[in-house]
Amino acid sequence: MSTAALSTLASARGTGGFTGALSDLFWRRPRFLLFLLLLPPLLWLGIIYLGSLFALLLQSFFSIDEFSGLIDRTFTLRTYAQLFQPANYDIILRTVVMAMLVTLASVAVAFPIAYYAARYAKGAAKAFFYVAVTLPLWSSYLVKIYAWKLILAKEGILTWGLGKLGLLPLLDAWLSLPMVGGNSLSLSATGTFIVFVYVWLPFMILPIQAAIERVPPSLMEASADLGADAGQAFRTVLLPLALPGVIAGSIFTFSLTLGDYIIPQIIGTSRLFIGQAVYAQQGTAGNVPLAAAFTVVPVVIMGIYLWAARRMGAFDAL
Amino acid sequence: MHSDGQKAPLALKLAAGAGILFLHLPILLIFVYAFTTEEKSYQWPPPGFTTRWLGVAWDRPDVWSALGLSLKVASIATLIALVLGTLAAAAVSRSRFFGREAVSLLVILPIALPGIVTGIALRSAFNLAEIPFSFWTIVLGHATFCVVVVYNNAVARMRRTSGSLIEASYDLGADGFQTFRYVILPNIGTALLAGGMLAFALSFDEVIVTTFTAGQQQTLPIWMLEELVRPRQRPVTNVVAMVVVLVTLLPILAAYWLTRDGDTVAGSGK
Repeated sequence: MSTAALSTLASARGTGGFTGALSDLFWRRPRFLLFLLLLPPLLWLGIIYLGSLFALLLQSFFSIDEFSGLIDRTFTLRTYAQLFQPANYDIILRTVVMAMLVTLASVAVAFPIAYYAARYAKGAAKAFFYVAVTLPLWSSYLVKIYAWKLILAKEGILTWGLGKLGLLPLLDAWLSLPMVGGNSLSLSATGTFIVFVYVWLPFMILPIQAAIERVPPSLMEASADLGADAGQAFRTVLLPLALPGVIAGSIFTFSLTLGDYIIPQIIGTSRLFIGQAVYAQQGTAGNVPLAAAFTVVPVVIMGIYLWAARRMGAFDAL
Repeated sequence: MHSDGQKAPLALKLAAGAGILFLHLPILLIFVYAFTTEEKSYQWPPPGFTTRWLGVAWDRPDVWSALGLSLKVASIATLIALVLGTLAAAAVSRSRFFGREAVSLLVILPIALPGIVTGIALRSAFNLAEIPFSFWTIVLGHATFCVVVVYNNAVARMRRTSGSLIEASYDLGADGFQTFRYVILPNIGTALLAGGMLAFALSFDEVIVTTFTAGQQQTLPIWMLEELVRPRQRPVTNVVAMVVVLVTLLPILAAYWLTRDGDTVAGSGK
């Protein structure tokens, strides 16, 4: 039966009228339907989103006139050169080091949870673990930060608990250290680090769990049959197969830490992170070109990271 | 020996349990603080308990107007995201075409890039185009990153829906619209509902992009942020934080319930 005959049949039996004619048209020309389906999302994302990104990128090649404070709209790389001034370079370095530490700590905390949930939890326990991880993932970001402000405050529950255990001298010694210390935990880099780990942890657990769940149990049995003990099987069979999940999770923890400006603003020292620098430059300083150049940094770092992750097969675990 | 028979090592159990506690105890703490009698500090243990702050928070017009704005923004952003996300999902899952990968990348990008990039990009675009900040600029930003959660849920469900169902519907004489109404929609309905709820939760909670796209308006997260940076009345903040936890809990649990067999909901990330 030819397409024309089919469509006559369809219009004969369908609703007919305008909608019938339209659905015949979609049937005869699937590309036209595809075009209509794609048009609204592409218009929205293409114009509003990509357009904005290009506008931002464009601005990073402008510069600011230091005397008048006006934006000079001629092409220059001067703004990018400013990123390498010691003050700005420090901000970038501090943010990247924090992102790395947060990622490493997240893996350490997330792995046991993901491993247990994937290999040992069955039935109701598995559902419990899934909900227990997704609930904090989706619950309010600010409320989570607020909770930690309560915990880390000088008069808060953590100091109280450490006091009960007689560990206060240890806390004081830690806070008196340079770099990581401060007046109280909520005013120290240690506090910032803890909150970052807490807030991004579910993003690390879920991909690791997905990767471990994909390892067939027979593979572990085979390695046991071939004489590997539990530790060897874990190190040589499971860990390499779970690695893509770890990398997938690290994409989130790394990227989210690089771009965050709320957490270090509320819990931490006065030393800036990239996100705060962007916010300050575009806001009070009015230096939009430098703010734009700063945002390009996490984008470039993430671009390199994603490229490397793709080569290691991490996207299959997302 | 079969792996089902194995017991988890004690150390692993302890580490996993401690991790789960680490995830949940901080949120539970909010509930205790909402009832403390202490006003000026975050003192632990609370000197006493009272339900007075519930009433104080209830009588605050600024909290109500922030809540109202957040609900309005989240509703409209979710509606836009539902339409755009479903369309994109239908296009990507039903056919192969040039640039298909690029479309899914474009949908995911607003959430894959740090929020601050999306925020400042939108802000500088509004500035360049001389669009004043308003209710609609907030919605515009929110809808952009909400599309991805609807899209992810819809794509996952459409992949599981057999194409032969649609062919059968055509064979039985239904036209395209009837097929959509009676065959496709019932199949993807719960996935759309779940995606919509998550989009709503995402928008309701969003703060980073909002700080860049809002003018004078205060959404609830912006209100919270102000209180976090410059605390004015801590007990009211405690109560609002508790209410936010309860309000976001319901759509998350409902979304989990609706999609629990098979496809994952939240692994897609924020």
